[in-house]
Amino acid sequence: MTDTLDEPIYKTDALIAEDIDEYLKVHEHKTMLRFITCGSVDDGKSTLIGRLLYDSKMIFEDQLAALEADSKRVGTQGQEIDFALLVDGLAAEREQGITIDVAYRFFATEKRKFIVADTPGHEQYTRNMVTGASTADLAVILIDARKGVLTQTKRHSYLAHLIGIRNIVLAVNKMDLVDYDQAVFDGIVKDYTEFARSIGIQHFVPMPISGFKGDNITGPSENTPWYKGPSLITHLETVEVNSATDAEKPFRMPVQWVNRPNLDFRGFSGLIATGTVKPGDAVRVLPSGKTSTVTRIVTLDGDLEQAVAGQSVTICFADEIDCSRGDVIALADNPPQAADQFEATIVWMADEEMLPGRPYWLKVGTQTVTATVQQPKYQVNVNTMEHLAAKTLDLNAIGVANLSTDKQIVFEPYEQNRTLGGFILIDKITNATVAAGMLHFSLRRAQNVHWQATDVTREFHAGLKNQKPAVLWFTGLSGAGKSTIANLVEKKLARMNRHTFLLDGDNVRHGLNKDLGFTDADRVENIRRVGEVAKLMTDAGLIVITAFISPFRSEREMVRQMMQPGEFVEVHIDTPLAEAEARDVKGLYKKARSGELKNFTGIDSPYEPPEDPEIRIDTTSLTADEAADLIIARLIP
Amino acid sequence: MTDNNTLTHLARLEAESIHILREVVAEAEKPVMLYSVGKDSAVMLHLARKAFYPSPPPFPLLHVDTTWKFKAMYDLRDRMARESGMELLVYQNPEAKERGINPFDHGPLHTDMWKTEGLKQALDLYGFDAAFGGARRDEEKSRAKERIFSFRTASHGWDPKNQRPELWNLYNAKKNKGESIRVFPISNWTELDIWQYIHLNNVPIVPLYFAQERPTVERDGMLLMVDDERFPLKPGEEPVMRSIRFRTLGCYPLTGAVESNAQTLPEVIQETLLTTTSERQGRAIDKDAGGAGMEKKKQEGYF
Repeated sequence: MTDTLDEPIYKTDALIAEDIDEYLKVHEHKTMLRFITCGSVDDGKSTLIGRLLYDSKMIFEDQLAALEADSKRVGTQGQEIDFALLVDGLAAEREQGITIDVAYRFFATEKRKFIVADTPGHEQYTRNMVTGASTADLAVILIDARKGVLTQTKRHSYLAHLIGIRNIVLAVNKMDLVDYDQAVFDGIVKDYTEFARSIGIQHFVPMPISGFKGDNITGPSENTPWYKGPSLITHLETVEVNSATDAEKPFRMPVQWVNRPNLDFRGFSGLIATGTVKPGDAVRVLPSGKTSTVTRIVTLDGDLEQAVAGQSVTICFADEIDCSRGDVIALADNPPQAADQFEATIVWMADEEMLPGRPYWLKVGTQTVTATVQQPKYQVNVNTMEHLAAKTLDLNAIGVANLSTDKQIVFEPYEQNRTLGGFILIDKITNATVAAGMLHFSLRRAQNVHWQATDVTREFHAGLKNQKPAVLWFTGLSGAGKSTIANLVEKKLARMNRHTFLLDGDNVRHGLNKDLGFTDADRVENIRRVGEVAKLMTDAGLIVITAFISPFRSEREMVRQMMQPGEFVEVHIDTPLAEAEARDVKGLYKKARSGELKNFTGIDSPYEPPEDPEIRIDTTSLTADEAADLIIARLIP
Repeated sequence: MTDNNTLTHLARLEAESIHILREVVAEAEKPVMLYSVGKDSAVMLHLARKAFYPSPPPFPLLHVDTTWKFKAMYDLRDRMARESGMELLVYQNPEAKERGINPFDHGPLHTDMWKTEGLKQALDLYGFDAAFGGARRDEEKSRAKERIFSFRTASHGWDPKNQRPELWNLYNAKKNKGESIRVFPISNWTELDIWQYIHLNNVPIVPLYFAQERPTVERDGMLLMVDDERFPLKPGEEPVMRSIRFRTLGCYPLTGAVESNAQTLPEVIQETLLTTTSERQGRAIDKDAGGAGMEKKKQEGYF
């Protein structure tokens, strides 16, 4: 074994051996700090974490034996122990010699227990770092003393700051390789200070270390007599954790679950996001605004006199007021607001780019709603912090955009409250988590624009016309026959004295939507606008017929959701691509095949056929006239 | 709680686990708790009782049985189901039963058929869409990278490269058709945390964790307990009474004991802290496929 493997010193073996009860008492009162380590590929991040685990005796003899064998086989430190191998978990990664996902590590000292999120440093993994940082109280930014402040250092610092980490340690690593030279350290700290100020980092703690040799990790190093600050462990043991500051804020608890074992008991369960609560407190349930008084805080171990931020509890009220999952219980005279339009920072985490206007699930606290994001105001270049114009956000892009939700959500700016301000976006078709976001503020227009009630209702409009409003939504490939059949349907309905209106794809693009092109994002917006127009027309009592390729399931589903139940009739004009291309009425397929026309559905842009349309028309077996009769027969039985 | 409203590490871990249990109950259609009767399962069950008190936990316990567990485990299993007011489902893979698969004659096939296959069959049979498991991230390297909500394909496979990002305490529980979720509420607990929590909360555990004189034989460097008459003794082998206890519990012929005199929880914790080998060392399962053993097993559908 090499001389770098000194005796582990975090744990007082003597106390464990002599007085286990006393040791347990100490351990019972330990607090917990969660932190992340960020650094570039060769900054020695895994080595530092391996060192922390080793020094805290989290590595057992059998693991050490495996480590020694592995070090000789695939290690990068010659015959010496390669601590990095301890933490590079998955087989694929070990072969590549890089860390590729977020991994969590655990160790403890006399004062604290630590959970370390080990996050990778490559550019394409912004997503992983943001994930690791979201639960952290503190970030350790690693710098290779030989290289100084790099682009990646700036990126990691920006992300840590963005996600709201206010405790930052600048660990200048590999000091052993620059002969523990104070001038090198001071130069790096000076460079970093300048950069940190420019992005709003008020405070950070710099320290010269060597993860490999162990300098300034657990105690002052003889090699850096010029450094008077704390060692890494000392700092981690004493810095204030987030939950302490959360407890001082006003009380908020998102309701997770209503506990109702019998008619005599009704409790509301949740994790307290901020503040404290005790029996007798006046509380308000949001968004309804109803108030009551807390009577009990119930746990298996008996009722509590008080509960604080970070605790999972069950609360009972004095009154039988409505309260369910998604509601927020708050201090009665200082409640959070509800709104449905916001400005937010969005971190895009999916391979498929963001589509402005597409409906996504948005989950914040225990509320899940439908949200649409507008075109970003700007995207941030995470290397230079410049603001760039952007039409969308792709994987690992960070931008600021407005978004709106289909109903009001209870929220607080992320800066004040991570629980009520941090959200994820979920794709409605794949169910993947596609983005994380942070709410800045609600838009004033959301607060001031109210729905105006009108006296002549949609039922009255429809009654005058003696018909039931509907939307016949034709979808299918270009050249499938949508416009031809839609036109016939409208003619036949008009002859039956029905009040109709046909919205045609090409025609709408001459006016209302002439500013839109054929990118995925523009197609989504095209359909959204047509949906809104169709909705107004059904309010006016009309039978609306639309003929749009409308290639994406998500948007057709979005329009369906806008309409009253039963009023949306999806008509799939099902013509095989080969058939539509053979017809090529407008000569568009030819242009698309030759590359003259981009983003053409069926050629270089996808068509997602309906899975369960109300009506499916097979144009290879029906004439247009037969098809129109069939559709009318389904609409007016 | 300590001064200035800072929660202790155990209080924070407990609150996090309870939050996870409640999220699943609120969002999943048919959750179940996998109950292996070990100390981690014991803590997980206790947390569930806390999360939903005064209601009993609103899901059943599922024990994927191999018929080769220690007798004392079956006793505690039945007692805990009674005390918690939860339904207990016991599943034994009928094919393994019919073929008489056992750890003595069939090696790794025993774990594959009884546990991996048995678990898949049980989940499919009852149609559970979310299953709680008591795995911890500090146990094993591939676990350290697994999400708390871990998705499985319809064939129960795990794709470590394609995991959903998990931010703050926001869990995306939306599944695709055929997918199911394995949820690990005690992901962030360490072995010491588990012991400490059992100690502070008087959580009932199997007596095998405490040292006692028990009949043993030594094989391949492992100390095995002769728990019943099915244990085939080799010629010349004679069970020897030794004071032993177990750090983890599984099938008795596959679980190595340690010699010990620790008869109380503090003594057990003391030994745990002073020991120099990891708890999984006593398990034969990790050694099957070299360094990547568990990761490979998980991709195949092992919990």
